[in-house]
Amino acid sequence: MSLQEQSNQSQFCDRRTHLSRRTLLGAGGGGILMSSIARRLAWADEQGVTDPARPKSVILLWLGGGPSQLETFDPHPGGVYGGDTSAIPTSVNGLQISDLLPQTAEQMHLTSLVRSVTSKEGDHERAVYNIKTGYRPDPTLKHPSVGAVLCHADQAGADIPRHISIVPNGSPGRGGYLGAAYDAFKIYDPAQPVPDIRRSVPESRFDQRVADLFDVVESEFQRGRLRHLESKRTLHQTATDAALRMMSSQQLDAFDVSSESKEVRDSFGDSAFGRGALAASRLVEVGARCVEVTLGGWDSHITNHSLQSSACGKLDPALSALLRRLEERDLLDSTLVICGGEFGRTPRINPAEGRDHWPHGFSALFAGCGIRRGGIHGATAAKPTLDPENPMADITDAVSVGDLHATILSALGVDYEEELETPIGRPMKRCEGKPIEAILDV
Amino acid sequence: MIRLPKVAIASLRWSWFALLVLLTFGYLVAGLSGSRQRLTGVASDSKAVASKSVPIVNKNGPSILSSVQKVNTDWNQTLANQGLDHANPANWLTVCRRLSLALVGNGLSLEEIRALEQIQESKRERVHLENLLQDQRFHHYWAERWSRFLVGTDGGQFIAYRRRRFRIWLAEVFAANERYDRMVRELLTAEGLWTDKPQVNFVTATFDSNDGSADPIRLAARTSRVFLGLRIDCLQCHNDFLGNVNLGDEQEPREGMQQDFHELAAFFTSAKTNGLQGVRDGVVDYSYKYLNDEQETDVQAGVPFLPELLPEKGKPRARLAAWVTHPENIQAARAAVSHVWALMFGRSMGETVDNLPLDEFSHPMMDTIARDFVAHGFNMRRLIRVIAASEAFRVDSRSEFEITPEHELNFAVFPLVRLRPEQVAGSIIQAARIKTTDRDSSFVLQLQTMTGTNDFVTQYGDVGEDEFNSDSITITQRLLMMNGSLLRELVEANPILNTSSHVGMFARDSAHAVETVYLSAFNRYPTPAEKKHFVSRIDCSEDSGKAIEDLVWILLNSSELAWNH
Repeated sequence: MSLQEQSNQSQFCDRRTHLSRRTLLGAGGGGILMSSIARRLAWADEQGVTDPARPKSVILLWLGGGPSQLETFDPHPGGVYGGDTSAIPTSVNGLQISDLLPQTAEQMHLTSLVRSVTSKEGDHERAVYNIKTGYRPDPTLKHPSVGAVLCHADQAGADIPRHISIVPNGSPGRGGYLGAAYDAFKIYDPAQPVPDIRRSVPESRFDQRVADLFDVVESEFQRGRLRHLESKRTLHQTATDAALRMMSSQQLDAFDVSSESKEVRDSFGDSAFGRGALAASRLVEVGARCVEVTLGGWDSHITNHSLQSSACGKLDPALSALLRRLEERDLLDSTLVICGGEFGRTPRINPAEGRDHWPHGFSALFAGCGIRRGGIHGATAAKPTLDPENPMADITDAVSVGDLHATILSALGVDYEEELETPIGRPMKRCEGKPIEAILDV
Repeated sequence: MIRLPKVAIASLRWSWFALLVLLTFGYLVAGLSGSRQRLTGVASDSKAVASKSVPIVNKNGPSILSSVQKVNTDWNQTLANQGLDHANPANWLTVCRRLSLALVGNGLSLEEIRALEQIQESKRERVHLENLLQDQRFHHYWAERWSRFLVGTDGGQFIAYRRRRFRIWLAEVFAANERYDRMVRELLTAEGLWTDKPQVNFVTATFDSNDGSADPIRLAARTSRVFLGLRIDCLQCHNDFLGNVNLGDEQEPREGMQQDFHELAAFFTSAKTNGLQGVRDGVVDYSYKYLNDEQETDVQAGVPFLPELLPEKGKPRARLAAWVTHPENIQAARAAVSHVWALMFGRSMGETVDNLPLDEFSHPMMDTIARDFVAHGFNMRRLIRVIAASEAFRVDSRSEFEITPEHELNFAVFPLVRLRPEQVAGSIIQAARIKTTDRDSSFVLQLQTMTGTNDFVTQYGDVGEDEFNSDSITITQRLLMMNGSLLRELVEANPILNTSSHVGMFARDSAHAVETVYLSAFNRYPTPAEKKHFVSRIDCSEDSGKAIEDLVWILLNSSELAWNH
């Protein structure tokens, strides 16, 4: 089966689904009374129960704009480049992080910290692409983001989309060459309802519309055209069925954080990002494969400390509460939490008291899903030479963006070296790089 | 002096104010509503209708008839060789819808259909095409599509890159019907500031990946794909050991080498950034360490094939431009034809739009059209006319015989192609209006169209510069179409702005209402079965207005609207 065909079919249904639906259709065929809507609802009911043996999941806390490693996970206070940030001890012996993340410091024993990520992209747009896909931008090919790769690697179903981006801020995970079917489903502040999920007319009228659409208009469109037009090409009814299932699915409740107690909601912080992190923990429980939650406001070319402090004020409760909740609910073993942005920020503080873009040594945090607890990998120099000809001189145990992706896929049990085939037949590895063994539990 | 009472003065002031508000409102909504005569199809003012239907003065130059006949001969011969039957020609409305989708990015308005119906049927397709070629919507829509080929969709570095200016410059190129070879030369040799000389942005779009100067690697990759119709990107890192890139021809194949790519890239190292003067021409200055070499090599500028066509003297980029646009460089003309063909059909003639291997079979139509393009002065509009008049473009997408993918691949039937997000947005917005939505529309309508389109495309999923990937449909798209705010606003009763209300108010009867909605959304008349069904729906409904809204919703949610056929 070609990638395109696989992409077309797998997102919505599997063979069992088709079989049972046809069975229903056959049963309905004997009696004209069974309308297409009834057939769809019967099919949705059959699909209602989610397989309890769900695959492992990823929650990506995306810090858009470039968080400063010096104000978050890799402070070097006191030196010429340390700025106004202090370092505080954490729940891991010998590990200190920024004083802007006091709650997170208490949960660091659940995580591994990588302080030596390097890339070759210092422009936001290109760097976001680089970090989210594991590949540098290439005019010949659009690579899939890690969420799309994971959904493609494991096709287990759920009523709701399995790749979700909360508060996407213009850079949601994309399906790339795997196809738009793997694009992240976008929602905004979970305080608001999921977009476009509610009918704008009463249910009976809506059902009549859908019935007329398929029984009259779609059947006319198929007449005299390509054989198996629906199943081989348009997938219009298949996608509509999936959307209808989602509209009536109980799993939708996972998006609704208002059902959580005030205490729980408060622990994540009163922000869209905090609510997003809470929603993410609920979504992975009902079968979402990859949920990314974006927190912007890190691009601190001026007044760095003030901007980073403000962003950390939202990150700290959300990240710490998320780790705590997953651990308490026994979900951390099957959920990989990643926290980071497209690059770090310069050690040197500019005349506007800001820090600029810095891809030569920044931090990423990992937790869960077989990631070593309390691990630390790599380091940046407390007194960097900042030699423009050799920026790597200030980094110990540097890791590449490809290494991050190999680590993620490896933790999720996906063969990171396997080659996929792009639509034009070009072989392409899932990622370039090797897992960071130092942070993986053997 | 007569003194008016205060009350009179106040009344006068308020009257002036009310008049001003009324005039402003009138100005803003001007052009929103079609006349009843047009809606009902009765042309009481044939001159007014004819203003949009009279053929533009024919600027075709030499007749395209003989060229189209050659293309049709190739088409028929290929089908005969493959043993494939072909479908009958599609009706004029279907062909006109294809033309509108290709050239302005949405279907026909009811206003356009009614105007075309006033003239002889055999002339309708040609008249519609000529109208579209003169339409600003065409210039701007193609400018956006070509911008995606030429510079992609990324924002780049704002300090040195203005994509919007570049797009507007392209719109002016299409409006003036500038020669294609001239446009290419301007892009490849552009000098100056990106704000002052918009074509310079072709070069400065790559500044973000090369520390504020032109990136020769990206420019070489872009040039080879867009202007040469070859994907030689893999040669950047290694020779072609997989046999994917041949730079000879069918008789004398030659394996692509790393040198081929980097010699092409070397031309662009002459584009120097010179402070406030922007991009200026300098000398080639490029060295590269080839795979397995110990040291870097000084790379001289060179072309990957037909070196005899490269001028020996001149500025580096001017030499490259002269080579690319040389009349004997048919491969470069094929690249242009491939892009225009893909824009017309929504899919490429072969496997990909930007990879036409030198040593592989391509459809004979390609060479015929490319040679015609060169022979007639790289005239883009003539190229569009030739393709639009070909049997391949005009053939139906349905037939009496069973259609297989082979029929589509060989254009024995018109291929079914999913519309791009902006085409879907444009089509549903246009379908919900009676009048043509263009730059003559009211300010309010234009604003609503622009913001509605942008929001919709963002939600629907912009495919970026992957122009001709027939991506699969997504749950998000179906939710957006079924329940999204744009659809809701377009479908729900709104006496000023949409088809539902206009039809409800002005249709003679239910049958006429159904017919009007079908023409607006699908650009075709309903079949008898469809008509009977939906007339019954309206007649049996307690609220006929709601039944018409339902019909509009159904058609806007269909495959037929979302696919080119």
